[in-house]
Amino acid sequence: MRAAGVLVAIAVALALQTTLARFTIGGETPVDLVLVVVIYAALVGGPVTGLVAGTVGGLAQDALSAAIVGVGGLAKTLVGFVAGVVGAQFIVTQPPMRFGVFFTATLIHGACFHGVYALIGPRGSGLPYGAVLTQALGNALVGVVAFQVVAMWPRVAERRRARGRLFKR
Amino acid sequence: MLDIRRRTSYLFLAIMLGHVILISAQVPTKSGPKVLEAAVLGVFADVQRATAAVTGVASDLWSRYVDLRRVRDENDVLRQQVADLQVELQQERALAQRAAGLQQLLDLRAQVSLPTLAAQVIGGDATPGFRMITIDRGSRDGVSRDMAVIGPKGVVGRIVGDPVARAAQVQLIIGRNAAAGAMIERSRASGVVVGGAGDPPLAMEYVSNLADVGEGDLVVTSGIDGIYPKGFPIGRVESAVRGPNLYQLITVRPLVDFSSIEEVLVVLVPPGPGGAEGVS
Repeated sequence: MRAAGVLVAIAVALALQTTLARFTIGGETPVDLVLVVVIYAALVGGPVTGLVAGTVGGLAQDALSAAIVGVGGLAKTLVGFVAGVVGAQFIVTQPPMRFGVFFTATLIHGACFHGVYALIGPRGSGLPYGAVLTQALGNALVGVVAFQVVAMWPRVAERRRARGRLFKR
Repeated sequence: MLDIRRRTSYLFLAIMLGHVILISAQVPTKSGPKVLEAAVLGVFADVQRATAAVTGVASDLWSRYVDLRRVRDENDVLRQQVADLQVELQQERALAQRAAGLQQLLDLRAQVSLPTLAAQVIGGDATPGFRMITIDRGSRDGVSRDMAVIGPKGVVGRIVGDPVARAAQVQLIIGRNAAAGAMIERSRASGVVVGGAGDPPLAMEYVSNLADVGEGDLVVTSGIDGIYPKGFPIGRVESAVRGPNLYQLITVRPLVDFSSIEEVLVVLVPPGPGGAEGVS
């Protein structure tokens, strides 16, 4: 069930990512929603969930972006696994901690992703520090917000149900 | 707990390896082939080399030492083929030799000024040591007693006895009772060549110690016996030594190979005493 949820989340993130990418200026997307889902799943589900989510999400992104299939998968698998281990070893419940995990994981992802491309690409391309940092900030913000929203969601749902019962009386 | 961590680590490593392989499959090297192909080819080349060596040895062992039934069958077939071919070759060789012999006989016939009749040897020596052959020409063909028989290389013998209709017996000149008037071609020294001398089978008698005879001299018929036409080669002097009496001791090696006579010519007209030239 958890696996199905992760897959649905990745699919939604991909859909949103491709939709939002059309409106970003200069083609640079400040947020990688799939990476956010991977890190989120890893923090919640552990290293296995993280690496499965990273593999699936990364490969899907690679396949959709006409890139070398596997580079994104490799980077996201690594990040998912590391984030899962961190989530299992440490208590990552506070927003600043989550922010730090998202931020660092995105940096690791960027380093791995661009590093692999620098190694195997036809032209030696350097690491786009600015873009990676921007994305790390964006991912961290979105991730923290996502955690808050999801954490708040049961309470909101309970309030709605209670309000519904009150109006029926 | 430890087991779960280990399993997770293994899974992580496996997936990472899978990604690396996947990437390698798509990345070309500087020399052309993709990294995965190059790596796989590099690794598998050694594996293939090793397996090829192993299978080669196994196949070699099988084909050379184990699977011999097929080889045996093949060997039998090949042996049969070799035997057939040998027979065929012998037949061809015999035909060729016969053709060559006939050609020589034709050449001889053209050289001989006397009328001759070609005959084929159909029988050998009935009594060992007497050196007789039987030919397929007889009285019906005009063959009669004491006619000379010659071959492409020289004198063969003479007709002895009364020929039957289609056959006649020939006494070879190397026979123990055979003799022919002869002379040394170079010095014209005369004598008589007799057979049955051993090795060599011919001896030349009645040649004076004063006559000029040397080793290698050609001995030809002199025609004085009234049987053999004059001038046919008989053999070559192998040795000539001064004898205790008036005559030399001369041995002659015949030119005709009597072990392989197949066709001969019968001289139909006896030269008669005096010896007409038989060779033109």
